[in-house]
Amino acid sequence: MILESLSVSRERFASATGWDMKPEGACLGEICVPVQDGLVDGNVNVEAVANKLGMPIVHDETAGLWSLGTATFAGHALSSATAPELELPDWKGNTFRLSSLHGKKVVIVSWAPY
Amino acid sequence: MWQAFRNEVFPKGLEVVTVGMDTLGFESCVPFIEAAQPEHPSLIDVNHVMAERFGVVNIPNGIWINEEGIIVRPAEPAYPPGGAAARGALPDELPQRMKDIFTEATKISNDRTLYAEALYDWVENGDSSRFVLSPDEVVNRSASRDMSSARAAAHFALAQHLWNAGDRERAIHHFRESHRLQPENISYKRQAWSLMAPPEAGPFTRFWQGPAEGKEQEWPFESDWLSEIRAMGPENYYPAFRP
Repeated sequence: MILESLSVSRERFASATGWDMKPEGACLGEICVPVQDGLVDGNVNVEAVANKLGMPIVHDETAGLWSLGTATFAGHALSSATAPELELPDWKGNTFRLSSLHGKKVVIVSWAPY
Repeated sequence: MWQAFRNEVFPKGLEVVTVGMDTLGFESCVPFIEAAQPEHPSLIDVNHVMAERFGVVNIPNGIWINEEGIIVRPAEPAYPPGGAAARGALPDELPQRMKDIFTEATKISNDRTLYAEALYDWVENGDSSRFVLSPDEVVNRSASRDMSSARAAAHFALAQHLWNAGDRERAIHHFRESHRLQPENISYKRQAWSLMAPPEAGPFTRFWQGPAEGKEQEWPFESDWLSEIRAMGPENYYPAFRP
Protein backbone atom coordinates (compact mmCIF):
# COMPACT_ATOMS: atom_id res chain seq x y z
CA MET A 1 0.00 0.00 0.00
CA ILE A 2 1.43 3.38 -1.05
CA LEU A 3 0.91 6.22 1.40
CA GLU A 4 1.44 9.95 1.30
CA SER A 5 0.98 10.09 5.08
CA LEU A 6 0.83 7.60 7.95
CA SER A 7 -2.78 8.52 8.71
CA VAL A 8 -5.38 7.28 6.22
CA SER A 9 -9.10 6.72 6.10
CA ARG A 10 -10.45 3.41 7.38
CA GLU A 11 -12.06 2.70 3.99
CA ARG A 12 -8.86 3.22 2.04
CA PHE A 13 -6.85 1.11 4.46
CA ALA A 14 -9.37 -1.74 4.28
CA SER A 15 -9.54 -1.61 0.49
CA ALA A 16 -5.75 -1.68 0.10
CA THR A 17 -4.82 -4.19 2.79
CA GLY A 18 -7.96 -6.20 3.49
CA TRP A 19 -7.68 -5.22 7.20
CA ASP A 20 -10.71 -3.37 8.52
CA MET A 21 -10.46 -1.35 11.72
CA LYS A 22 -13.33 -2.31 14.03
CA PRO A 23 -13.97 -1.67 17.76
CA GLU A 24 -12.36 -5.05 18.53
CA GLY A 25 -9.20 -4.22 16.54
CA ALA A 26 -7.79 -4.79 13.06
CA CYS A 27 -9.90 -7.52 11.40
CA LEU A 28 -9.32 -9.71 8.38
CA GLY A 29 -12.22 -12.10 7.89
CA GLU A 30 -12.70 -14.00 11.13
CA ILE A 31 -9.39 -12.85 12.65
CA CYS A 32 -9.26 -9.70 14.80
CA VAL A 33 -6.10 -8.35 16.42
CA PRO A 34 -6.51 -5.72 19.17
CA VAL A 35 -4.58 -2.52 18.36
CA GLN A 36 -4.22 0.24 20.91
CA ASP A 37 -4.67 3.67 19.31
CA GLY A 38 -5.37 1.98 15.97
CA LEU A 39 -7.84 4.71 15.10
CA VAL A 40 -7.05 8.36 15.80
CA ASP A 41 -9.67 10.99 14.98
CA GLY A 42 -11.44 8.40 12.81
CA ASN A 43 -8.36 7.67 10.70
CA VAL A 44 -6.12 4.62 10.80
CA ASN A 45 -2.91 5.15 12.75
CA VAL A 46 -0.76 3.21 10.28
CA GLU A 47 2.32 2.96 12.50
CA ALA A 48 0.33 1.46 15.39
CA VAL A 49 -1.44 -1.08 13.19
CA ALA A 50 1.73 -1.95 11.27
CA ASN A 51 3.61 -2.52 14.52
CA LYS A 52 0.94 -4.87 15.85
CA LEU A 53 0.50 -6.87 12.62
CA GLY A 54 4.20 -7.02 11.78
CA MET A 55 3.88 -4.90 8.66
CA PRO A 56 7.16 -3.19 7.65
CA ILE A 57 6.99 0.43 6.51
CA VAL A 58 9.47 1.53 3.83
CA HIS A 59 9.99 5.25 3.39
CA ASP A 60 11.24 6.79 0.16
CA GLU A 61 12.22 10.25 1.28
CA THR A 62 13.05 11.42 -2.24
CA ALA A 63 9.63 10.47 -3.53
CA GLY A 64 7.89 11.61 -0.34
CA LEU A 65 6.11 8.26 -0.04
CA TRP A 66 5.73 5.40 2.40
CA SER A 67 4.96 1.83 1.45
CA LEU A 68 3.29 -0.58 3.83
CA GLY A 69 4.38 -4.20 3.52
CA THR A 70 2.25 -7.27 4.08
CA ALA A 71 1.34 -8.59 7.54
CA THR A 72 3.78 -11.14 8.95
CA PHE A 73 2.14 -12.09 12.25
CA ALA A 74 0.82 -15.39 10.84
CA GLY A 75 4.15 -16.38 9.27
CA HIS A 76 2.39 -17.25 6.01
CA ALA A 77 0.66 -15.37 3.21
CA LEU A 78 -2.64 -16.79 4.43
CA SER A 79 -3.56 -16.27 8.07
CA SER A 80 -6.59 -18.55 7.72
CA ALA A 81 -8.17 -20.70 5.01
CA THR A 82 -11.09 -18.29 4.63
CA ALA A 83 -10.57 -16.61 1.28
CA PRO A 84 -9.86 -12.90 1.68
CA GLU A 85 -11.97 -10.53 -0.37
CA LEU A 86 -10.50 -9.76 -3.77
CA GLU A 87 -11.71 -6.65 -5.52
CA LEU A 88 -10.22 -5.95 -8.93
CA PRO A 89 -11.39 -4.49 -12.24
CA ASP A 90 -12.30 -6.91 -14.99
CA TRP A 91 -10.92 -6.34 -18.47
CA LYS A 92 -13.91 -4.19 -19.37
CA GLY A 93 -13.37 -1.94 -16.35
CA ASN A 94 -16.19 -3.29 -14.18
CA THR A 95 -15.44 -3.95 -10.51
CA PHE A 96 -15.35 -7.66 -9.65
CA ARG A 97 -15.61 -9.04 -6.12
CA LEU A 98 -14.63 -12.61 -5.33
CA SER A 99 -17.46 -12.79 -2.77
CA SER A 100 -19.94 -12.54 -5.66
CA LEU A 101 -19.10 -16.18 -6.49
CA HIS A 102 -20.05 -17.51 -3.04
CA GLY A 103 -21.88 -20.81 -3.56
CA LYS A 104 -19.67 -21.94 -6.45
CA LYS A 105 -16.33 -23.67 -6.56
CA VAL A 106 -13.75 -21.20 -7.86
CA VAL A 107 -10.32 -21.59 -9.39
CA ILE A 108 -8.40 -18.32 -9.50
CA VAL A 109 -5.66 -18.51 -12.12
CA SER A 110 -2.91 -15.88 -12.15
CA TRP A 111 -1.07 -15.24 -15.41
CA ALA A 112 1.08 -12.48 -16.92
CA PRO A 113 1.63 -11.19 -20.46
CA TYR A 114 5.42 -11.50 -20.19
CA MET B 1 -7.42 -23.07 -22.83
CA TRP B 2 -8.96 -22.16 -19.46
CA GLN B 3 -12.08 -21.09 -21.39
CA ALA B 4 -12.59 -24.61 -22.79
CA PHE B 5 -12.21 -26.15 -19.32
CA ARG B 6 -14.56 -23.56 -17.87
CA ASN B 7 -17.24 -24.35 -20.46
CA GLU B 8 -16.96 -28.00 -19.56
CA VAL B 9 -17.19 -27.64 -15.78
CA PHE B 10 -19.32 -24.50 -15.30
CA PRO B 11 -22.55 -26.55 -15.43
CA LYS B 12 -21.10 -28.64 -12.59
CA GLY B 13 -20.69 -25.59 -10.36
CA LEU B 14 -17.10 -24.45 -10.94
CA GLU B 15 -16.18 -20.98 -12.13
CA VAL B 16 -12.75 -19.94 -13.39
CA VAL B 17 -11.40 -16.47 -12.63
CA THR B 18 -8.27 -15.41 -14.47
CA VAL B 19 -6.08 -12.56 -13.18
CA GLY B 20 -3.48 -10.82 -15.33
CA MET B 21 -0.70 -9.51 -13.06
CA ASP B 22 1.16 -6.66 -14.73
CA THR B 23 2.41 -3.20 -13.80
CA LEU B 24 1.39 -2.08 -17.29
CA GLY B 25 -2.19 -3.20 -16.61
CA PHE B 26 -4.95 -3.00 -19.18
CA GLU B 27 -2.70 -1.86 -22.02
CA SER B 28 -0.67 -5.05 -21.94
CA CYS B 29 -3.25 -7.60 -20.73
CA VAL B 30 -6.30 -6.75 -22.82
CA PRO B 31 -4.96 -7.88 -26.23
CA PHE B 32 -4.39 -11.37 -24.80
CA ILE B 33 -7.81 -11.41 -23.15
CA GLU B 34 -9.55 -10.21 -26.31
CA ALA B 35 -7.92 -13.05 -28.21
CA ALA B 36 -9.19 -15.58 -25.64
CA GLN B 37 -12.73 -14.09 -25.46
CA PRO B 38 -13.34 -15.39 -21.94
CA GLU B 39 -16.87 -15.90 -20.66
CA HIS B 40 -15.54 -16.14 -17.10
CA PRO B 41 -14.35 -13.15 -15.04
CA SER B 42 -11.01 -11.96 -16.39
CA LEU B 43 -9.33 -9.45 -14.09
CA ILE B 44 -6.45 -6.99 -14.26
CA ASP B 45 -4.08 -6.81 -11.27
CA VAL B 46 -1.78 -3.83 -11.73
CA ASN B 47 -0.55 -3.87 -8.13
CA HIS B 48 0.08 -7.61 -7.72
CA VAL B 49 -2.67 -7.86 -5.13
CA MET B 50 -2.61 -11.63 -5.74
CA ALA B 51 0.90 -11.74 -4.27
CA GLU B 52 -0.11 -9.71 -1.25
CA ARG B 53 -3.40 -11.43 -0.43
CA PHE B 54 -2.74 -15.00 -1.59
CA GLY B 55 1.07 -15.36 -1.77
CA VAL B 56 1.38 -15.83 -5.54
CA VAL B 57 5.14 -15.80 -6.29
CA ASN B 58 5.18 -17.15 -9.85
CA ILE B 59 2.80 -17.62 -12.72
CA PRO B 60 0.80 -19.49 -13.87
CA ASN B 61 -0.66 -20.17 -10.43
CA GLY B 62 -4.00 -21.48 -9.26
CA ILE B 63 -5.99 -21.25 -6.00
CA TRP B 64 -9.02 -23.43 -5.26
CA ILE B 65 -11.91 -22.05 -3.20
CA ASN B 66 -14.95 -24.10 -2.23
CA GLU B 67 -18.63 -23.09 -2.19
CA GLU B 68 -18.33 -21.69 1.35
CA GLY B 69 -15.47 -19.38 0.47
CA ILE B 70 -12.82 -21.61 2.06
CA ILE B 71 -9.50 -22.04 0.28
CA VAL B 72 -8.92 -25.77 -0.22
CA ARG B 73 -5.65 -25.46 -2.15
CA PRO B 74 -3.43 -22.36 -1.83
CA ALA B 75 -1.39 -20.79 -4.65
CA GLU B 76 0.56 -23.40 -6.62
CA PRO B 77 1.56 -23.90 -10.26
CA ALA B 78 -1.59 -24.43 -12.34
CA TYR B 79 -2.12 -25.73 -15.85
CA PRO B 80 -5.30 -25.73 -17.92
CA PRO B 81 -6.54 -29.27 -18.58
CA GLY B 82 -6.27 -30.20 -22.23
CA GLY B 83 -2.54 -30.42 -22.73
CA ALA B 84 0.17 -28.04 -23.81
CA ALA B 85 0.21 -26.47 -27.25
CA ALA B 86 2.56 -28.31 -29.59
CA ARG B 87 5.80 -26.42 -30.27
CA GLY B 88 7.27 -26.51 -33.75
CA ALA B 89 10.86 -25.86 -34.81
CA LEU B 90 12.18 -22.43 -33.91
CA PRO B 91 12.41 -20.05 -36.88
CA ASP B 92 15.98 -19.41 -38.05
CA GLU B 93 15.48 -15.65 -37.96
CA LEU B 94 14.62 -15.70 -34.25
CA PRO B 95 17.24 -13.79 -32.20
CA GLN B 96 19.63 -16.16 -30.42
CA ARG B 97 18.48 -15.02 -26.96
CA MET B 98 14.87 -15.88 -27.81
CA LYS B 99 15.96 -19.27 -29.15
CA ASP B 100 17.78 -19.87 -25.87
CA ILE B 101 14.75 -18.78 -23.85
CA PHE B 102 12.38 -21.08 -25.76
CA THR B 103 14.87 -23.95 -25.46
CA GLU B 104 15.12 -23.55 -21.67
CA ALA B 105 11.35 -23.07 -21.36
CA THR B 106 10.69 -26.42 -23.03
CA LYS B 107 12.81 -28.09 -20.34
CA ILE B 108 10.71 -26.72 -17.46
CA SER B 109 9.16 -29.58 -15.52
CA ASN B 110 5.44 -29.48 -14.88
CA ASP B 111 2.75 -31.72 -13.45
CA ARG B 112 0.13 -30.85 -16.04
CA THR B 113 -1.44 -34.32 -16.15
CA LEU B 114 -1.68 -34.73 -12.38
CA TYR B 115 -3.02 -31.21 -11.96
CA ALA B 116 -5.82 -31.89 -14.47
CA GLU B 117 -6.65 -35.15 -12.70
CA ALA B 118 -6.85 -33.29 -9.40
CA LEU B 119 -9.09 -30.57 -10.82
CA TYR B 120 -11.57 -33.03 -12.30
CA ASP B 121 -11.56 -35.02 -9.07
CA TRP B 122 -12.45 -31.89 -7.12
CA VAL B 123 -15.20 -30.96 -9.59
CA GLU B 124 -16.77 -34.40 -9.14
CA ASN B 125 -16.19 -35.00 -5.43
CA GLY B 126 -16.03 -31.52 -3.89
CA ASP B 127 -14.75 -31.45 -0.33
CA SER B 128 -14.48 -35.26 -0.37
CA SER B 129 -11.80 -35.06 -3.06
CA ARG B 130 -8.47 -36.48 -1.96
CA PHE B 131 -6.86 -33.31 -3.31
CA VAL B 132 -8.71 -31.03 -0.88
CA LEU B 133 -6.45 -29.86 1.96
CA SER B 134 -7.39 -29.13 5.56
CA PRO B 135 -7.53 -25.45 6.62
CA ASP B 136 -4.29 -25.85 8.61
CA GLU B 137 -2.52 -27.41 5.63
CA VAL B 138 -3.78 -24.61 3.36
CA VAL B 139 -2.24 -21.99 5.66
CA ASN B 140 0.99 -23.95 6.11
CA ARG B 141 1.42 -24.48 2.37
CA SER B 142 0.82 -20.81 1.53
CA ALA B 143 3.96 -18.78 0.89
CA SER B 144 6.02 -18.06 3.99
CA ARG B 145 5.86 -14.49 5.11
CA ASP B 146 8.62 -13.03 7.24
CA MET B 147 9.78 -9.44 7.63
CA SER B 148 12.17 -9.84 4.71
CA SER B 149 9.46 -10.92 2.24
CA ALA B 150 7.07 -8.31 3.64
CA ARG B 151 9.70 -5.60 3.11
CA ALA B 152 10.16 -6.97 -0.41
CA ALA B 153 6.44 -6.43 -1.01
CA ALA B 154 6.71 -2.86 0.25
CA HIS B 155 9.66 -2.12 -2.06
CA PHE B 156 7.91 -3.80 -4.98
CA ALA B 157 4.81 -1.64 -4.44
CA LEU B 158 6.99 1.49 -4.44
CA ALA B 159 8.78 0.30 -7.58
CA GLN B 160 5.52 -0.17 -9.44
CA HIS B 161 4.12 3.14 -8.27
CA LEU B 162 7.25 5.05 -9.25
CA TRP B 163 7.58 3.24 -12.59
CA ASN B 164 4.08 4.23 -13.57
CA ALA B 165 4.77 7.77 -12.33
CA GLY B 166 7.77 7.96 -14.68
CA ASP B 167 10.52 7.87 -12.03
CA ARG B 168 12.40 4.90 -13.47
CA GLU B 169 15.61 5.41 -11.52
CA ARG B 170 13.86 5.21 -8.15
CA ALA B 171 11.68 2.37 -9.45
CA ILE B 172 14.74 0.29 -10.38
CA HIS B 173 16.23 0.89 -6.92
CA HIS B 174 13.08 -0.51 -5.30
CA PHE B 175 12.78 -3.42 -7.77
CA ARG B 176 16.36 -4.39 -6.87
CA GLU B 177 15.56 -4.24 -3.17
CA SER B 178 12.50 -6.48 -3.65
CA HIS B 179 14.65 -9.03 -5.52
CA ARG B 180 17.34 -8.95 -2.84
CA LEU B 181 14.87 -9.38 0.01
CA GLN B 182 12.77 -12.15 -1.55
CA PRO B 183 14.89 -13.93 -4.17
CA GLU B 184 12.39 -16.80 -4.49
CA ASN B 185 9.69 -14.45 -5.80
CA ILE B 186 10.00 -15.04 -9.54
CA SER B 187 7.07 -12.70 -10.32
CA TYR B 188 8.88 -9.71 -8.82
CA LYS B 189 11.88 -10.44 -11.02
CA ARG B 190 10.01 -11.22 -14.25
CA GLN B 191 7.89 -8.11 -13.81
CA ALA B 192 10.94 -5.86 -13.49
CA TRP B 193 12.89 -7.60 -16.26
CA SER B 194 9.92 -7.35 -18.63
CA LEU B 195 9.90 -3.57 -18.33
CA MET B 196 13.55 -3.07 -19.24
CA ALA B 197 14.04 -4.63 -22.66
CA PRO B 198 16.94 -3.22 -24.70
CA PRO B 199 16.24 -2.00 -28.27
CA GLU B 200 17.72 -5.27 -29.56
CA ALA B 201 14.64 -7.09 -28.22
CA GLY B 202 12.60 -5.79 -31.15
CA PRO B 203 9.11 -7.32 -31.10
CA PHE B 204 10.00 -9.51 -28.10
CA THR B 205 10.06 -6.59 -25.68
CA ARG B 206 8.26 -8.22 -22.75
CA PHE B 207 9.85 -11.64 -23.22
CA TRP B 208 13.50 -10.66 -23.64
CA GLN B 209 13.94 -10.37 -19.86
CA GLY B 210 17.63 -9.55 -19.86
CA PRO B 211 20.49 -7.54 -21.39
CA ALA B 212 21.49 -7.37 -25.04
CA GLU B 213 24.57 -9.45 -25.88
CA GLY B 214 27.72 -7.46 -25.17
CA LYS B 215 25.81 -4.85 -23.18
CA GLU B 216 25.54 -6.73 -19.90
CA GLN B 217 26.99 -3.77 -17.99
CA GLU B 218 23.95 -1.70 -18.95
CA TRP B 219 21.51 -4.19 -17.36
CA PRO B 220 20.42 -2.77 -14.00
CA PHE B 221 19.53 -6.05 -12.27
CA GLU B 222 21.58 -8.77 -10.60
CA SER B 223 20.13 -11.50 -12.79
CA ASP B 224 17.91 -12.11 -15.82
CA TRP B 225 15.55 -14.88 -16.91
CA LEU B 226 18.08 -16.99 -18.80
CA SER B 227 20.77 -16.74 -16.15
CA GLU B 228 18.24 -17.47 -13.42
CA ILE B 229 16.73 -20.58 -14.98
CA ARG B 230 20.16 -21.96 -15.91
CA ALA B 231 21.35 -21.43 -12.34
CA MET B 232 18.32 -23.01 -10.67
CA GLY B 233 17.80 -25.71 -13.31
CA PRO B 234 14.59 -25.78 -15.39
CA GLU B 235 13.42 -28.82 -13.40
CA ASN B 236 13.24 -26.60 -10.32
CA TYR B 237 11.43 -23.65 -11.90
CA TYR B 238 8.06 -24.82 -10.60
CA PRO B 239 7.65 -26.82 -7.41
CA ALA B 240 6.21 -30.30 -7.93
CA PHE B 241 2.48 -30.77 -7.39
CA ARG B 242 1.89 -32.19 -3.91
CA PRO B 243 -1.42 -34.06 -3.69
